Amino acid sequence: MKLAGLAGAGMLAGALILAACGKKGPESNDILIGEFGALTGSIASFGQSTHKGVALAVEEVNAGGGVLGRKIRLITEDDQGKPEEALTAVTKLISKDRVSALIGEFASSNSLAAAPFAQQSRIPMVSHGSTNPKVTQIGDYIFRVCFIDPFQGEVMAKFARNTLKLDRVAILRDIKSDYSVGLADYFTKSFTALGGTVVADESYSAGDKDFNAQLTALKGKTPAAIFVPGYYTEVGLIARQARKLGVHAILLGGDGWDSDKLWEIGGEALNGSYFSNHYSVDNPSPVIQGFVEQFKARYDGEKPDALAALGYDAAKVLIDAIRRAGSDDPKAIRDSLATTQGFAGITGIISLNENRDAVKSAVVLEVKDGKFVYKETVDP
Amino acid sequence: MKKILLVLAVLGGMGLLQWALTAFLLDGPVRQGPYYYQILMLAGINVILAVSLNLTNGITGQFSIGHAGFFAIGAYVAASVSVYAGPTLQGSLAGLPSFAADSVLLLVASAAGVAAAAAAGWLVGMPSLRLRGDYLAIVTLGFGEIIRVLILNIDAVGGARGFTGIPRYSNFFWVGLGVVAAISTVRHIVRSSHGRALLSIREDEIAAQAMGVAVTRHKVTAFVIGAAFAGLAGSLFGHFTMYLHTNSFTFVKSFEIIIMIALGGLGSLAGAALGAVVLTVLPELFRGFAEYRMVIYALALILIMIYRPQGLLGKGRFLGRGKDK
Repeated sequence: MKLAGLAGAGMLAGALILAACGKKGPESNDILIGEFGALTGSIASFGQSTHKGVALAVEEVNAGGGVLGRKIRLITEDDQGKPEEALTAVTKLISKDRVSALIGEFASSNSLAAAPFAQQSRIPMVSHGSTNPKVTQIGDYIFRVCFIDPFQGEVMAKFARNTLKLDRVAILRDIKSDYSVGLADYFTKSFTALGGTVVADESYSAGDKDFNAQLTALKGKTPAAIFVPGYYTEVGLIARQARKLGVHAILLGGDGWDSDKLWEIGGEALNGSYFSNHYSVDNPSPVIQGFVEQFKARYDGEKPDALAALGYDAAKVLIDAIRRAGSDDPKAIRDSLATTQGFAGITGIISLNENRDAVKSAVVLEVKDGKFVYKETVDP
Repeated sequence: MKKILLVLAVLGGMGLLQWALTAFLLDGPVRQGPYYYQILMLAGINVILAVSLNLTNGITGQFSIGHAGFFAIGAYVAASVSVYAGPTLQGSLAGLPSFAADSVLLLVASAAGVAAAAAAGWLVGMPSLRLRGDYLAIVTLGFGEIIRVLILNIDAVGGARGFTGIPRYSNFFWVGLGVVAAISTVRHIVRSSHGRALLSIREDEIAAQAMGVAVTRHKVTAFVIGAAFAGLAGSLFGHFTMYLHTNSFTFVKSFEIIIMIALGGLGSLAGAALGAVVLTVLPELFRGFAEYRMVIYALALILIMIYRPQGLLGKGRFLGRGKDK
């Protein structure tokens, strides 16, 4: 028993000493930025994409001489996509590495777990992809560069009314999902304000397979378009069943559609549908095409997805704030982040409002034979 | 009298330890203090989980892989009590100093979490512990997933968005006490006649039954006690991270706990505790390897299992019984 106890104590002490001695190094003049994300685990594809974007932005700035005459050192920690690991990673970045600011996380659940510690330690945190409105409500040190869910409803309403010139639209919402309900409510509000009519409002629950009842009810109201702010699995099935029933209304949606699986499930029934997203690789704007080329050159021809673009923007917005603050003091960075206005990013012109949420444009994409084709940019 | 003194000594020791940790790690001179404190807390919670699962898997020889389910029940029930009943309770405790009020609230919430987890343990255990081996594994795995999906659909605890706004009541004082309680409870059980019955069930269920051991009743009791401690771990966990999400309670977590006790040595109490500590600290030590961290971690586990298939502290070695079998 004594031996076991001693062995245990020894292991623990050894581990702590090892950790304490690890990578001390000389204090350099670099500005430290911490990044946390799911580099491994079930949502690793998101974490890898955003990391590539963030790393590219930092490399670019360093190649151009850094900021305030100092280089930026990015310290990246893995959280395996688990909330408690995200908290551990952020605790390590703040207390051990003493970073001046944080970038992360993509998943709202991981941001929500880590943000309270960042807020309590007074270290600014910029999330690239957490769309849940609660994230930035944690405190005045938490920011985000993506738009929040309700905004997409507004975007699609403007698009339907102003670009497609539609009068009569129906809604089919996922009643269990906050995301879907938020989008549907704001769509209704904006579309009615613009002079359109919402002729029907039906609902389903994620996981449903049969939508014939709802679609038949919608068919009777003869809408010109149906707004389906759900995720790709149900949307694909809805599209198929709608066409089979002879409903030929245009389908509209949000960024929950953004997956290659959408076309696999829905197929040709989706042709001519539109959805809003953060960014499009096909956007002809020279800034975006420049970014795409640069990304491809750095990562062996890989195309940057929306997450990579958001990661890149988060890092750029943060570095810009450090430049304007003129120091790497966390409080100064926070104050200058809060005054970010009209920052020209890849995912749109980014301004941060009083809730520390990004006010920016969204793009509308058209589904065409398995591809998502850039249609237009909608400003807030 | 001796027992009371012992309890007082443990309480005092933990209090002193908490004071020292606060002084040195949280507010003190150690630069990476909060990070070490975080690891220490998670290690303590994992020790409670591993020691409690060891009662079922190691000592009784039943293969349960649903421990994360009880962990989740404890965490969510305790957190709900704090969030929904907390403000009312706080009002009636207004006269107490804040740390005392926090402790009372944590105890009330934990009691609810422990009771709920134990009740769930009884509900699952009663029918399924009549099964053996693979069948029990499947039932418990299913149970863990059902709990997770159920929580995902309850709006009052945040559903898929996660449960926010949980106050931070737990600290190392309570986690340390939890560890002491779990270890001493399991140790006492193992040394009692009840424990000998459990061991006999592990060695040969039919022979045990023939000798007059009430097999199912003993198995269920062990299972319920294990579930109750998992509930305690959950309650301490939720009140530490201040945020709960079902991603922390997938079947992967159940397997992690099983790996802890297998690594430490199935059936060994000190081994379970050691395994939990090693498995919490190891991934942190490998942070330098970035993406390859989990690969190295897995490699380390494989190497340990090749060179010490009986676990770090071999089978049959219980705390307080120094000899190997």
